[in-house]
Amino acid sequence: MCRLIAVTSEELQSPMLAIRALDAMREGHDGSGVGLFLTDLGGPFEELKGAPILSGIFTAKGIKRLDDFMMELGFMTKYKLSIKVPRTSAPGIPKRDVYLIRAYEYPEAWEGVDEAEIQDRLMLIRLQLRQMGEENEDMIVFSFWPDVIMLKEIGDPLTVAEHLQLDREELRARIIMAQGRQNTNYAINLYACHPFFIQGVATMTNGENTAFVPIREYLMGRGFPGYMGYQSDSEVFTHILHFMLNRLGLGIEAYKHVITPLQDGDLEHHPDGRFLKHLKHSCRKLIIDGPNCVIGCLPDKTLFMVQDRKKLRPGVAGGRPGLYALSSEMCGLDAAVPDRDKSKDFQPMHLDTAIVHKDRKEVTICRQTERLSLPH
Amino acid sequence: MSSNGKIVPSTLSVKDLPWQIMWHKDRCTLCGRCTAVCPVNAIELGVHRRRVVETTMGLTEAPSNVFGVYYGIRQKTDPAYACVGCGMCNLVCPNEAIMPLRSDEIDKLRFHVNRGGQPRRRGGRRNVPGGILDRIKFIRISMLTDPALDAGRHEFELRTLLGRVLPPEQNLKLLHDEGWIPPVREIYPLVIGAMSFGALSPNMWEGLQMGVAYLNEELGMPVRMCTGEGGCPPRLLRSRFIKYVILQIASGYFGWDEIIHAIPDMKEDPCAIEIKYGQGAKPGDGGLLMWHKVNNLIAAIRGVPPGVSLPSPPTHQTKYSIEEAVAKMIQSMYMAWGFRVPVYPKISGTTTATSVLNNLTRNPYAAAMAIDGEDGGTGAAYNVSMDHMGHPTASNIRDCYLNLVKLGKQNEIPLFAGGGTGKQGNLAANAAALIMLGASGVQTGKYIMQAAAGCLGSESDRCNICNIGLCPKGITSQDPRLYRRLDPEKVAERLVDVYLAFDTELRKILAPLGRSTSLPIGMSDALGIDDKAAADRLQIRYVV
Repeated sequence: MCRLIAVTSEELQSPMLAIRALDAMREGHDGSGVGLFLTDLGGPFEELKGAPILSGIFTAKGIKRLDDFMMELGFMTKYKLSIKVPRTSAPGIPKRDVYLIRAYEYPEAWEGVDEAEIQDRLMLIRLQLRQMGEENEDMIVFSFWPDVIMLKEIGDPLTVAEHLQLDREELRARIIMAQGRQNTNYAINLYACHPFFIQGVATMTNGENTAFVPIREYLMGRGFPGYMGYQSDSEVFTHILHFMLNRLGLGIEAYKHVITPLQDGDLEHHPDGRFLKHLKHSCRKLIIDGPNCVIGCLPDKTLFMVQDRKKLRPGVAGGRPGLYALSSEMCGLDAAVPDRDKSKDFQPMHLDTAIVHKDRKEVTICRQTERLSLPH
Repeated sequence: MSSNGKIVPSTLSVKDLPWQIMWHKDRCTLCGRCTAVCPVNAIELGVHRRRVVETTMGLTEAPSNVFGVYYGIRQKTDPAYACVGCGMCNLVCPNEAIMPLRSDEIDKLRFHVNRGGQPRRRGGRRNVPGGILDRIKFIRISMLTDPALDAGRHEFELRTLLGRVLPPEQNLKLLHDEGWIPPVREIYPLVIGAMSFGALSPNMWEGLQMGVAYLNEELGMPVRMCTGEGGCPPRLLRSRFIKYVILQIASGYFGWDEIIHAIPDMKEDPCAIEIKYGQGAKPGDGGLLMWHKVNNLIAAIRGVPPGVSLPSPPTHQTKYSIEEAVAKMIQSMYMAWGFRVPVYPKISGTTTATSVLNNLTRNPYAAAMAIDGEDGGTGAAYNVSMDHMGHPTASNIRDCYLNLVKLGKQNEIPLFAGGGTGKQGNLAANAAALIMLGASGVQTGKYIMQAAAGCLGSESDRCNICNIGLCPKGITSQDPRLYRRLDPEKVAERLVDVYLAFDTELRKILAPLGRSTSLPIGMSDALGIDDKAAADRLQIRYVV
């Protein structure tokens, strides 16, 4: 079972904070991979807010193809952070040419294009690069989005982080999500590695979603090009959330009502029962099943954690004003925020959504049986 | 007959019949119960000749013969009275002295059951044991990373939807704008399939209705039952229990005069309206209630004269262009209940099912599609229709589901599968397989008749006389002397047993697959079969 940690902090933090928390939870991951998601960035990227950042792994040839492709589209490099790979390889980590984190300036032709259109174009470029990379096996692209850096690699999290010297000034962020992988059903493929990302929405999960196949079929039938991939059964959690936020216009407190809806008896007594019944029926194909703890980050930099309907996975939220962490295990939280009031730690149960807003003041708990704030 | 006697082409011996009566003289008490109970008068009192040769010791007296008679059973060989193998004689015999046995070879009777130029008609089933459903296994067992669930202690939501489900964007928008949203029923995924009042005896119908009411009101299981084409008793129409009933309208429109007149008095809306365009037992042929069963009660409910056969036309008579007529009929039925009741068509399994489905996807009112495959049972049909017409359910359902997946509408039009579910007794396994192939729910009739009422039919042409009203168990008879054998209370009890057992078995299938929060419709990754061709056809895994 994978291990998960998400940190949200007023102060800029090094990714090592999350990596060390993963290391504290090392009993639960087998060193088959690590995934990092950084947002609310500091350092050089802070001044570049709005500029899309491309994160990925490239071969030397791949970089050349990337440059040609981006030039063609009119993207100019604004800032780049190339992680130099040490000559000596580390155990269990494949040899790569370049780990690329590069911020671009939008093409001039994009001026005046509305926000939604820009978001779609960015996603389509990412998908196109991914496809190009899969054809020649020379690029792996994780994200192409403003204020987002992602990095995924095979190997033990701490070894990977040290190997790539992730503890560097340029990589500081206020929100860090990290997953230490326990490889299960699927071959080790970096596209199967959490966190998953689509248009500002990122989630990571442990456990296995047994309703994966029907959900995947449904998402792929939505006519949205970003709903693809699915090298991991957990990618559907990200896409369901994206679908709910963008297509249905609902907030995070509705997420549980989509993936693990209340049973009929509870709906009858719910103040929004009628709405929720319709949501449950029409989103029936998005109901998840199986033991899962989902931790995610929304485009507005809100972090959240939810559990499956039976709460078959551990998960805890805690911290102090200014620094909160959501972790799959208590020892991960201890490693990330040792100086907190532990009596205020909260383990979300089957009805709860634990939310930490961008103000990082508290862990807000939203129960499924409570009234929703619905758009009017 | 004597060895030089006259024979005709249809002169048969007992050996030529499919069922032969085995009778033990030494156990028989000559009570006469078997001959009285035999529904087809296949046996009668027989006076048998006996000769005993008496040889004496010594030479003084010559050996002699003693001729005598003894009494017992004689099996008739006239095709009109051939034993149907129901075994009622065995049931009533106090000494187990009598029993029908299946012939060891293919019978000769089958060549002679068309006297008067009338081909064989019968009730029952296709009489082909086995089928693809029993060969499908559930292979995706949750282990370690997603531990199997506890069928007995975890919560399960074994419910399905019947009704047109809108895409979420549209549904929420209409909800917000207070627009019309198609009615959707949340029901138990095992529906009692269409068996009409007329095909079934009043006691059987009453028993099923009582059982359904108990399941709903005492056990909280939203089980629904379809009326079939035969109307509905007026008191039921006007009771609150009508909400557990799916009213069927078919090409004969039997009973609909009564139903339409009852609408103003209805306390509740019916669950749904099923428009029958076809059925699995006699695909492309209309319903059939033979005159034997049209007594005064049935005639009154159906609005017809008593004592006449009631063959429904193969198709609805109002059709000009089919798509248009189907759309209009669906809309008219919606209108009758103020757009509050889901209306859906049922068709026979056919290679054209996907075409029908594609039409329905474009009809915003179509609430579901039910497919009745070749193994569907019936109260009456031509033998040739039952044996040779129709399409298996599994591949039909799978094709339709995958078609919906391609359109992205797999949550919008629920598919219901019928025909042969549980025909070998594996109701839950068959239903789960169909659900994972893409059905939203399953309809079953024969299994209910067997398990809740003790129908004697099997997949070997046993009994199968539902058509002529002589059902020895009183299930499909309209003769009070027969149907009083069936206690409605006991039928209701058995129905409840059947559903509770099914529910447990379904959980026992779903829990190891790690599914409990919703019905695993289309979870084809859980299915496997040891036949490569079938695996490819159904797009499931081939396992050996």
